[in-house]
Amino acid sequence: MISITIEKRLKVYRGQHVLSVDHQFAGSSITKIYGPSGAGKTTLLKIIAGLIQPEQGKITFGSQIWLDTAAGINLSPQKRMPGFVFQDYALFPNMTVAEHLAYATTDRAWTDRLLKLGKLDTLTDHKPIHLSGGQQQRLAILRALAIKPNLLLMDEPFSALDPDTKAELISELKILFKETGITVLVVSHNPQELEGWAENELYIA
Amino acid sequence: MDLSPIWLTLKLATITTSLLFIAGLPLAWWLAGRRSIFKTIIEAIITMPLVLPPSVLGFYLLLVFSPQQGLGKWLHDAFDIQFVFSFKGLVLASFIYSMPFMTGPIKSALQQLPASLAQASYTLGKTRWQTFKSVLLPNIKPSLLTAAVLTFAHTLGEFGVVLMIGGNIPNVTRVASIAVYDSVEQMDYAAANNYSLILFAITFMLVIGVFIFNKYQAKSPLE
Repeated sequence: MISITIEKRLKVYRGQHVLSVDHQFAGSSITKIYGPSGAGKTTLLKIIAGLIQPEQGKITFGSQIWLDTAAGINLSPQKRMPGFVFQDYALFPNMTVAEHLAYATTDRAWTDRLLKLGKLDTLTDHKPIHLSGGQQQRLAILRALAIKPNLLLMDEPFSALDPDTKAELISELKILFKETGITVLVVSHNPQELEGWAENELYIA
Repeated sequence: MDLSPIWLTLKLATITTSLLFIAGLPLAWWLAGRRSIFKTIIEAIITMPLVLPPSVLGFYLLLVFSPQQGLGKWLHDAFDIQFVFSFKGLVLASFIYSMPFMTGPIKSALQQLPASLAQASYTLGKTRWQTFKSVLLPNIKPSLLTAAVLTFAHTLGEFGVVLMIGGNIPNVTRVASIAVYDSVEQMDYAAANNYSLILFAITFMLVIGVFIFNKYQAKSPLE
């Protein structure tokens, strides 16, 4: 289970917006986070990952304290090691598909399985610039899964996929998530997008 | 024709570029990070040689490293190191004078990389150094080359600062730009023309080389 209580001031056009979240996410489940643009959905994921620090708050993952501003605890992203699928994919232009996964893990059997799952096993020597938008997005998902994270944070992870590819990937991922017992938080601006997939949801105003 | 000023210039430019590459890379990385007032002051100091007359920089270096007083005297007495009127002094002056040409392009390139690249690497458990080495550096290769070539070419063309701290000692501090000036002073226009043509050819080939390497990505060599 992840317990989150945070407050973070966000700069918005002509003023400030306070992102305030007090929520407990069930472990080994998929939670959809949705809300209007600029509400702070991406910021929330980055706070959980340790990439952004809130003004105050506490985050615990299982029995481990990741952040406690009152106690001065703030684990680095390297110690939290969540899988993170960035909205802009954040693929490394200098690395091929295979190198992306090899950078994350040395477990060849696992990367081979991921490559098949993402249907990128025939494109291992391609760099991101030579992949389509959908292929890039799938690579971003595979790279995040390569480290076998306990927590997967996904920021608009299916936006560039066509409906068929998306449905196929989602059903494959669902099997994988069940098998690994991973906790997944998925940000989407479209509340209908993940219907039937996400078990829980959180609305951020 | 005495080619020693050309060789000395190339030696100076090679040493300066190598030293600045080693020192400039971490410095540019640090400057590209989060802003602070301290960082702004350091960046302003590094950038000063771009706008300061070279003779002013040379004058102060001459004062600071004069073996008759202060730091220069201490270095001379304690370590037998003399920067004034020596090749070491030229390297020191060039290092300071060309530093913005090395740090500027690298810093800009690092700042233009999306922040999410480094963030993605951190979430994969990689340290800052691993991220810098495997993700950031390989993705700014054209800027690294531009910075190195600009530094090299700028060092080739130094005049005021090296004249102030190094003077005009053959085989020691008489670099090509000073040889041009000296030849003109002596009305030897043929020698001045020879040195100038060689300098022109080297710098032109360097700049054109950068353009070709960057495959027309850079609109100007200063980017």
